[in-house]
Order: sequence, then structure tokens, then C-alpha cells
Amino acid sequence: MTLAFLGMNWQTLADAVSLGAIYALMAVGIGLVFGVLRLVNFAYGQLVMAGAYALAFAYDHGWPVSVGILLCFAVVLTLSLLLDRIVFRPLRAHSPAVMLVATFAIAFLLQSIALLWFGPLGKISASLAALNQPVTISGVDIRKIAIVATALAAACLLALVLLLGRTRVGLHMRAAAMDFRTAELLGVRAGRVITAAVLVSGVLAAIVAVMLTVQTPLVTPDFALRDTILVLAGVVLGGMNRLVPATLGGFAIGFASGLLGGALPTNWSQYLPSFLFAAVILVLLVRPGGLFTREGQRAAERV
Amino acid sequence: MSLPALAVEGLTVRHGAVTAVRDLSLSVEAGEIVGLIGPNGAGKSSTLHAIMGAVRPAAGAVLVNGVSVVGRRPEDVARRGVALVPEGRRIFAELTVEENLRLGLAGRRRREGVEDDLARVYELFPAVEESLRRKAGTLSGGQQQQLAIARGLVADPEVLLLDEPSLGLAPRVVDLVFQALSAIRDRGLAVLLVEQRAQRTVALADRSHVLSRGELRLTLGPESAGDTEALVSAYLA
Repeated sequence: MTLAFLGMNWQTLADAVSLGAIYALMAVGIGLVFGVLRLVNFAYGQLVMAGAYALAFAYDHGWPVSVGILLCFAVVLTLSLLLDRIVFRPLRAHSPAVMLVATFAIAFLLQSIALLWFGPLGKISASLAALNQPVTISGVDIRKIAIVATALAAACLLALVLLLGRTRVGLHMRAAAMDFRTAELLGVRAGRVITAAVLVSGVLAAIVAVMLTVQTPLVTPDFALRDTILVLAGVVLGGMNRLVPATLGGFAIGFASGLLGGALPTNWSQYLPSFLFAAVILVLLVRPGGLFTREGQRAAERV
Repeated sequence: MSLPALAVEGLTVRHGAVTAVRDLSLSVEAGEIVGLIGPNGAGKSSTLHAIMGAVRPAAGAVLVNGVSVVGRRPEDVARRGVALVPEGRRIFAELTVEENLRLGLAGRRRREGVEDDLARVYELFPAVEESLRRKAGTLSGGQQQQLAIARGLVADPEVLLLDEPSLGLAPRVVDLVFQALSAIRDRGLAVLLVEQRAQRTVALADRSHVLSRGELRLTLGPESAGDTEALVSAYLA
């Protein structure tokens, strides 16, 4: 079989799948927090950025990969919990608009801190650069990172399905996302549910940071910014209200982005986001509730 | 005399400039049903929300077994043995019946005895046990109401608050719900029942308070069930 007529090859397809997988994880990270806090966390990309700087910092100091990854997790999770305590929770009672603007402010604040701390030129995080080497599978060259990222994302999503579906805190998280007030009236611990969502979201951000630094070893203050905007578009595209459609939306936009990036002539690639956003707007005009929600589903929720 | 399971003293609830409940006092002992009846907007639901901690009262006390719960969050009040069966049932439609019941367990104070309590709830509501794997949203209105009460009961509460459990139900199902409430009282729970069906409530409850514009106007015993409509309309005229 040949994909040549589309101007792409198996390598491009594998990259597109892996980018979709990474975006799906980001979509879950954003969607989980949205579920329990009704908060669109625009600063999610800066969590990833902070994790990437942690990896670069470790690489800079010649520390082993494992230490770098541990540091990345420590930084992202600490930052997640701090944001939750200092910003999200105090603002919980306010309107979604206030919370959204607050996360914008945090996003730019964190970027500025990165700029002041590490400078505009960026730091290199190349400790996992070997993953960019291809492996040959039945005659097709595929970069290792494409396989690792896809497998890791699949494992994360599976773990998440088990967490949400099989555990007590998972059930409480799902209930809180559907009707927080009633969940609290039943005795569900609001604080615990929010902390769990923020922590899981943070773990995913740290994993995404590791994966993205392999693809983009140069860590700059706007690291993962474009990705976050695309993922947010994907989440809206899929359907913000629900985790599965949001995740599919994230995957779809990552996949499309990877595919178009490979198919478009190099001098066109700067227009890639424009194409994607045009597609998102078109889809939302036709299906305002999201691409992956069933008809009538949102109306039924209110009953 | 022992402490009442639930005591409300001088409760006043305001929503902005509107006073929803004014200086309301009532108490419910274990093994007792107390009715709270009155027209729409009389302050019945506001009273329940204030007891649960979902709204903060402007004045007054709410005591559960003699301990004040004013200022506590709903999740804490639930964990002190108060369960609310909310108005409109508030079933999690996309979760299974079993998952809805497991959410009810969140309010339990003790970990042991879950199986026994579930068995007793199934005895009361066989329809719930028969549909454990179904999505709760696919149940009929009557089944959803049974599930809502069952979800409250599995928390093993001492005080059960019900907000218009018969609303929108077929007469046959209303019978079932009221029979269940009677059985729940026999198990020693303190039940505070908010209802619009005045006559049935007065007939079932040990005493029923008539609320109008946030104030307690009249208290009726079961012996006056036959004259409920006349008495209530005379007082509220």
C-alpha cells in the first residue's frame, strides 16, 4: 500500500499518530480539571514548559535521565498544587470568565518567569535525543519516539480509564464533573476530588513535557504554547463537557496537525495553524456541541 | 429526655433581600416522621438546604444529636449522619444504578455493615436491586425516586431529609414511597419530610408543620388528616 499520493509516508503517519497521542494526553489533563472546577486552564502549557525546563536544567548539569524525569515530575506537580491552592480554589466561586482570565495571567506570568530565569534563547534538553533515531519495521523507518509516545499515551489513557471507572476517587471525580453540588450533598469530599484531578492532570503534563522535549529539544519560554492552543481548539472541537470526546478532539487535532505538517510544502508550514483553526471553526458551525458528542446528549444531561 | 436527632432553633434564611425562612424551630426524634408542608416558596426547601449547609443561615441553630452543624460544609453535614434526598431526585443519569448507590456510601461514617445496609435497602426497594447495572437515566421517574431514597439510606444516616419525594409520581408509586417512609421510621431514623401533598403527609407524619412565607403557622397531628385541606386553607387565607 502506498500513501505517496497524499504526499506522505509511513514515517509521517507514525509521527501524526504520536502527536495525536500526546495532544490527547494534554486534552485529558485540561478536561479533567475542567470537569471538576469548570475551569479552562489556559496555563496548562506553562506547566508543560516548566517540566521541560526542569529536564533542560538536569541535562545542563549532566544529571542522569532518571533524575531529570523525577525533577520534571516534582516541578510540574508542585506547581500544579500551588496553582490549585493559590488561584483555582479561591476563585472557584467566581464566574468562569474570571477563572479563564486568571489562568491567562498565570500563563503569561510563568512565561515571564522563565524568560527572566533562563533567558530568551532557550535551554537544550537532549538527554533523550536518542529516541529520535529510527527503527526499521518491515522496511519502514519509524522514529522510536513515535512508538514510545503512542504506547505511553495508550498506557496512560488505560490507567485513567481504570482510575475513573474502578476506584472510589474516580467515581467521585466523575460524579463531581456531572453535578458537583449533589455530589457534595452526598458526602463526596470536594477538596479531595479537586486535588486528585489536579494531580492527575499534573502527572499528564509532566509526561507530555518529557515527550515534547524529545521532539523539540530547544526549551524556550513559549514552549508548548502553540500545542496548548491547538489542544484547546481540539477539546472544544470534540466537546468540552465530556472527557472522551475532548480526548478524541485532542487526538484529532494532533493527528491532523502532524499529517498536514508532513504533507504541506515547507514554505507553507507556517500557515498550518490557520488551516487547522479554519477547520475547527467550520466544524463548530455545523456541530456546536462538538464533533464527538451524540445528538441530543447535551439536552438530556440537564434533565 | 434524650436529645432529638435533629433540632432546628430560630432558623432564619435570607436569599439576598428576600427572607425565605423566619425564626423557624422544629425537632425530629429518632423513629419519628415530621412533615413540613406549605405552598411553593414557603421556605421548605430553604430549610432543608440550611440544615445541610448548602446555604448559610442568617440566624439560628441546627443541631444534629446536640452538636451544631451551622457553618459546616454539606459534605461534613452528610458525614455527621444527615442524608438529603434532594428535590428533583438529582440522580446521576449517566452513571449506573450501582454507581449511584456507591456515591451514597460517601457519606458513611463507618466502613463496616455496607452489605447489610444494602440488603435492607433492596428489601425496601426491590426495583433498585433489579436494575443495578442499568444507567440510572433509563429508569422511570418512580424508579429514580426509589433510587434517590436508596442512595440516601446506604449512607446509614440517623436523619433523613426528603424534599418532595412524591413530586411527579404516579399514585401507585406515591403509595410505595410513603410505605417505604413508614418502614424507614420503624427502623429508627429521624425523618423530616417536605411535601406538597398535605393530606397524605399529615396522615403519615407524627406531626406536620405548615409553613407559609417562611413562617411556621400551624402544627397538625395525624388525627386531623381528614380536615387538612380545610385547616390549611383557613390558616393560609
